[in-house]
Amino acid sequence: MTGTDILALAACGLVAIGLYGLVAQAEVLRKIIAFNLLGAGVFLLFGVVARRGAGAGLAADPVPQAMVITGLVVAFAATALALVLTLRLYQITGAATVAEDPPEPTAPDS
Amino acid sequence: MTAGLLLDLLLALAVLGTAAWTLAARSQFAAVIGFVVTGLLLTLVWVRLGAVDVALTEAAIGAGATGVILLYVVARLRGGEAEISAATPSRAQRALAALLALSVGGALAYGVLSLPDPAPSLAEAALAGTAPLGLGNPVSAVLMAHRGLDTLLEAIVLVFAVLAVWSMAADHRWGGRPGPVFQREEHGPLSLLARILPPVGIVIGIYIAWVGADSPGGKFQGGTILAAMWVLPWIAGLVRPPSVTDWRLRLMIAIGPLTFLAVGLAGFVVAEGFLAYPPGFAKPLILLIEAAMTLSVAAALACLIAGPPERRRRA
Repeated sequence: MTGTDILALAACGLVAIGLYGLVAQAEVLRKIIAFNLLGAGVFLLFGVVARRGAGAGLAADPVPQAMVITGLVVAFAATALALVLTLRLYQITGAATVAEDPPEPTAPDS
Repeated sequence: MTAGLLLDLLLALAVLGTAAWTLAARSQFAAVIGFVVTGLLLTLVWVRLGAVDVALTEAAIGAGATGVILLYVVARLRGGEAEISAATPSRAQRALAALLALSVGGALAYGVLSLPDPAPSLAEAALAGTAPLGLGNPVSAVLMAHRGLDTLLEAIVLVFAVLAVWSMAADHRWGGRPGPVFQREEHGPLSLLARILPPVGIVIGIYIAWVGADSPGGKFQGGTILAAMWVLPWIAGLVRPPSVTDWRLRLMIAIGPLTFLAVGLAGFVVAEGFLAYPPGFAKPLILLIEAAMTLSVAAALACLIAGPPERRRRA
């Protein structure tokens, strides 16, 4: 097993951890963080593919690298938008989750 | 076991460990710190993979800028414990989620370990296309020429992201300056940093953007550093950001994609087609786009970090 293979497995593990966090956590903010971890794993897979495609005296194939740079910037823009939406949701409804059944407002007699 | 292999193994374990800790962290603040640490470790992984351009981007945007906006939201979000525990999936659902995550991760691992060897590569083709452009960094050549359309669309995505973030402003706050009001700090570490760091940081940001033609670096990495140098004095309250209706700010955000688009359209007349460069004149055009894009990336990222206007027009 080469070093690149080890990092490839780390990328897969990162995708798995991010996916679990995205599904199993309730808070929107934590979902966004988990989604970014998932994305980091996918980008890393690109990096592994780039490294495997090393040739012509280059340490890694430049095409996947350029795609990852594009991807990182777009991921940041999407994260910024998601966070602003989260904040706005919180300012309007006071909710930190997107549960289908929001907690019942406290009844006056309880 | 060689030292390199050991380093890869340690890095892989550290990345997975911090990522798992990010999910397990009790407080949101700790989760964000875990995320930033994971991002910084990933920067090292990118260096190990021979992708220094990506490592710079990951450090600046993936860990740095994303960490800042996450922290900023954590500081203002106060979720109720009851609401969160009511919405948290049950133990059985979480077990199913773990099963799903393990199968997806396992399938990916199987796929990536059984990729063909030797791997298909465009390295030779990309390198062959780099020299005629007058560039020395093949990654920049791919970004600016071979896959220029991707980069143009990405530049436009940044403008749209700023528009979307601004449109989240409450109606009566439209026309204000982006971001919350920060108290002016005359003393203290933040104020000192906001005075000392920008002169150095601006030079480094421009250098990294400029050197991208021949070495690792480029407009996105340099632009992010410039954005940080702009945001720092905002947060310290030393200067105020321009209003969202200020045409100069809007021009700064749009000038990069517009220049890119104009050069691309000019390709129809002076070269073979859209986004094609005339032979022998490619480098000056690429540098022109890079310069305009650096400015736009810096302005757009600074606005994305600041967020929608949160004060009235006459603040």
